[in-house]
Amino acid sequence: MGKHHVSATVNGDPVEFLCETRQTLLDVLRDELNLTGSKEGCGSGDCGACSVMVDNRLVCACLVLGVEAEGRNIETIEGVAQGEKLHPLQKTFLEDAALQCGVCTPGVIVAAKALLERNPDPTETEARYWLAGNLCRCTGYDKIIKAVMNAAEEMRGA
Amino acid sequence: MGKEEQQLKALDKGKYRYIGTRPVRPDGVDKVTGRANFGADLKLADMIHGSVVRSPHAHARIKSINVDKATALPGVKAVVTGADFPMLSPSDRIPGVAPLSFYDLSRNVIARDKVLYDGHAVAAVAATTVAIAAQAAELIEVDYELLPHVMKALDAMKPDAPLLHEDMFTAGVEPKPTTPSNVSKRVAFTLGDVDTGFAAADVVVEHEFNTETVHQGYIEPHACVATITEDGMASIWCSSQGQFMVRAYTARVCGMEVAKIKVVPSEIGGGFGGKTTIYLEPLAVELARRAGRPVKMVMTRDEVFRATGPTSGGHAHCKIGAKKDGTITAASLQLEYEAGAFDGSPVALGCMTGFAPYDLENVSIVGYDVVVNRPKSAAYRAPGAPVAAFAVESTLDVLARKLGMDPIALRENNAAKEGTQAAYGPKFKRIGFEETLTAAKNHPHWSAPLGPDQGRGIASGFWFNIGGNSSASVMINEDGTVIVATGNPDIGGSRASMALMAAEVLGVDIAKIKPQVADTESVPYSDLTGGSRVTFATGKAVIEAAQDAVRDMKERAAKIWEVDVDQVEWRDGKAVAIETDKHQPLSVADIAGMAGKTGGPISGKANINASGAGPGFGTHICDVEVDKETGRVTVIRYTAIQDVGTAIHPSYVEGQLQGGAVQGIGWAINEEYIYDADGRLENSGFLDYRVPVASDVPMIDTVLVEVPNPGHPYGVRGVGEVPIIPPLAAVANAIADATGLRMTDLPISPPRLLAAIDAAK
Amino acid sequence: MAKVVLQTELANSFTDGVTQLEVEADNVRQLIAALDRQYPGMGERLRTRTAVAIDGEIFQEPYLEAIEANSEVYFLPKIEGG
Repeated sequence: MGKHHVSATVNGDPVEFLCETRQTLLDVLRDELNLTGSKEGCGSGDCGACSVMVDNRLVCACLVLGVEAEGRNIETIEGVAQGEKLHPLQKTFLEDAALQCGVCTPGVIVAAKALLERNPDPTETEARYWLAGNLCRCTGYDKIIKAVMNAAEEMRGA
Repeated sequence: MGKEEQQLKALDKGKYRYIGTRPVRPDGVDKVTGRANFGADLKLADMIHGSVVRSPHAHARIKSINVDKATALPGVKAVVTGADFPMLSPSDRIPGVAPLSFYDLSRNVIARDKVLYDGHAVAAVAATTVAIAAQAAELIEVDYELLPHVMKALDAMKPDAPLLHEDMFTAGVEPKPTTPSNVSKRVAFTLGDVDTGFAAADVVVEHEFNTETVHQGYIEPHACVATITEDGMASIWCSSQGQFMVRAYTARVCGMEVAKIKVVPSEIGGGFGGKTTIYLEPLAVELARRAGRPVKMVMTRDEVFRATGPTSGGHAHCKIGAKKDGTITAASLQLEYEAGAFDGSPVALGCMTGFAPYDLENVSIVGYDVVVNRPKSAAYRAPGAPVAAFAVESTLDVLARKLGMDPIALRENNAAKEGTQAAYGPKFKRIGFEETLTAAKNHPHWSAPLGPDQGRGIASGFWFNIGGNSSASVMINEDGTVIVATGNPDIGGSRASMALMAAEVLGVDIAKIKPQVADTESVPYSDLTGGSRVTFATGKAVIEAAQDAVRDMKERAAKIWEVDVDQVEWRDGKAVAIETDKHQPLSVADIAGMAGKTGGPISGKANINASGAGPGFGTHICDVEVDKETGRVTVIRYTAIQDVGTAIHPSYVEGQLQGGAVQGIGWAINEEYIYDADGRLENSGFLDYRVPVASDVPMIDTVLVEVPNPGHPYGVRGVGEVPIIPPLAAVANAIADATGLRMTDLPISPPRLLAAIDAAK
Repeated sequence: MAKVVLQTELANSFTDGVTQLEVEADNVRQLIAALDRQYPGMGERLRTRTAVAIDGEIFQEPYLEAIEANSEVYFLPKIEGG
């Protein structure tokens, strides 16, 4: 079985990779491109730990095939900070202690960033429903939601 | 501020400079940028991939295993079965590590003559790719002779139940049984005389309760990479709650010396007790040995549910009698917990914790540890306590209603305090249970109005908290910055609390302190991260190690000044000469810069077995709204109150309360293992095993009551386990308040509650 | 003499159900040795499978902890945690 040649943009950079048909975008990111920030918690799209953006659409990378990345623009947690500058969400997650073990955090931040790009002033309920696809077993969500609301406020003010 | 509130402010905040502040955690940036390396993130050159063959049967004898087809598949490098591991003896236990049977652990890691649950590992294979390994696993042919299975404790206790272990005889009963049984032990705790106590009661209430198996539900599946050299030196990188635990357990299962295994802890993506044991590591080591290459193994979510961790479901019978004034005269509790395929459910801990919040004269508690054809239970946050508390705190709620008493007042009437003899035996030292009740009563939540179909419940909980073996090194760098190394994985922000305690002793800004989770060859032995022991016990080691470093730095200052060391004091991070103003104070950086001239590098160390752990108590208030047409319960407001001793980093203490409460809410209304008639798990994924999601829960309000633990220099009590104990009953009591229905079986899922609502019509 | 309290399970196995005993000992090791002399086999059980609470403080690996003349000593199951 031959491998497919795929060209895509990942975090702003052009990338080329070879992948088998069966490999998911998550497999490709982690195993072929060494971007291990996206995590596999379930492999079935239930936990959101592999949340990434594909052409500005929030998806679970475990539910997308690597070959489907052809010509697409992929954004992962590794592209959220700009150089030395953390994204406001990354700052509020730290300040508000919105993570405990941290394994869900990359996916939560990618998903929350997508929310704030669409809705800069979400209500708590909107934030909760938007993030309902991102499981966190440690925090009970309280501090995550607060961090998202605080980042939204900061970004509106900026 | 009222007098009672002032009492709650038992801690003088002003006396600490760093403790009680909320700095950004030292490992935080790595974790918000995706840089942090978890169990599945490591890759080594020449690495191959392992896959496990698991039993599809709940109970079967393994007649034969044929690996020929798998071995012949191109790309397959090694296959192992139970025959490749040493057979351990039933008496094989390591004193001091854990009260754990390595005979059972070894047979759980890989089955020998029998498989005992759906998901039990039977063989493992390593191949050049994940896909080839999975394909090879399917080519391994196992010939099974199916045996009858048993899934529930009460069924397994029947005399004609299928037997899991022919060599299991119930311990703790006299005369010693002569026929084997699925009951591994009976435990009992007695105070006074319950018959007399119940006879003296004006009101007696009793209920039976049933709960299902639930899983810790950590988001990161178990994962490891192992290598081993031709001369038998192994290295394991893995996610666990204890690198020394992984080393000790793997050594025993593989028949190796501990010095030949190095374990490097990765970041851990949640554990909650479920990563206090091993599953993959011995398989990876033995595959790596045979293949001569590093082997990576990562569980799928299906494997995590089928083969790891869950905590016991079971049955409980609780009976409480009281006088009209609310004084409890007698209480009894019987628990039957499902241990899974091997003995060792947390039933004894359930027995010890259930009535612990109360000052009772007459108590009878009996527990049975029962094996069933489910995965071997592992610790889950306050193991054993939530189910016992569900029974006790629900029964107390019924009692309060019968007596026409406020449920907080009933608890206050009977609350344990300093000097109270706990139902499991010893007398309490200074504890803060009453303070949590006072805080609950005074909280605006308790008196807030409720809408239609809404109800409010309250429940309390107790956990021992433990100490144990911990080591710490405090290394003073040449520029005055500091490394704090310990042997405990940071599961929820403990690096931050280690750094804060070191900062407090050294008087050095926390930004100059770098806490480090060290591998098994860089720091002496430490017990695993669990039992709410790390901030307490490892914190104590860090404090003592920092004090040791301060002692050394004072000696260096004395040498520099050519004065006697008792002429040197440590003040605000500086050595100060007393009784003279001749010498300028010396900072850590000043002293570190002179280290070579004054005797060499500076560090402090402490290796301790910490005692003095302070028990923790919590009281939770829960509001629910019940949709009477669907049976769906929504938690609309929640307040978790807990005596936390001293909150070292209050944000992460609040986080423990919030996370524990939401796990408990999931246990109460959503989560359960569902098996089909053949004993196969039907919901081994997050879609069907539904842990709470963000839109299921409200903000979790917290009240940190601080009654310092006299057994810790800064008053620390463990905080991680208590918060999962009260929610089960708090939710059930709120549902009873909203509907008038006493739900005694968990989870209180929509179909179950709807059936009860319909039946009551 | 320290007051020693056994769990029912242990008492059933060794002391005909007697759960409260008076024992002369300066530390846990001596206490267990004394109990083992009186009830052969009990020492092994206490040494390997139990924690001890001395005047309310729990020790998971008891050995040399001091016992006062009027101490209350409880033998308990070892406590694990999540």
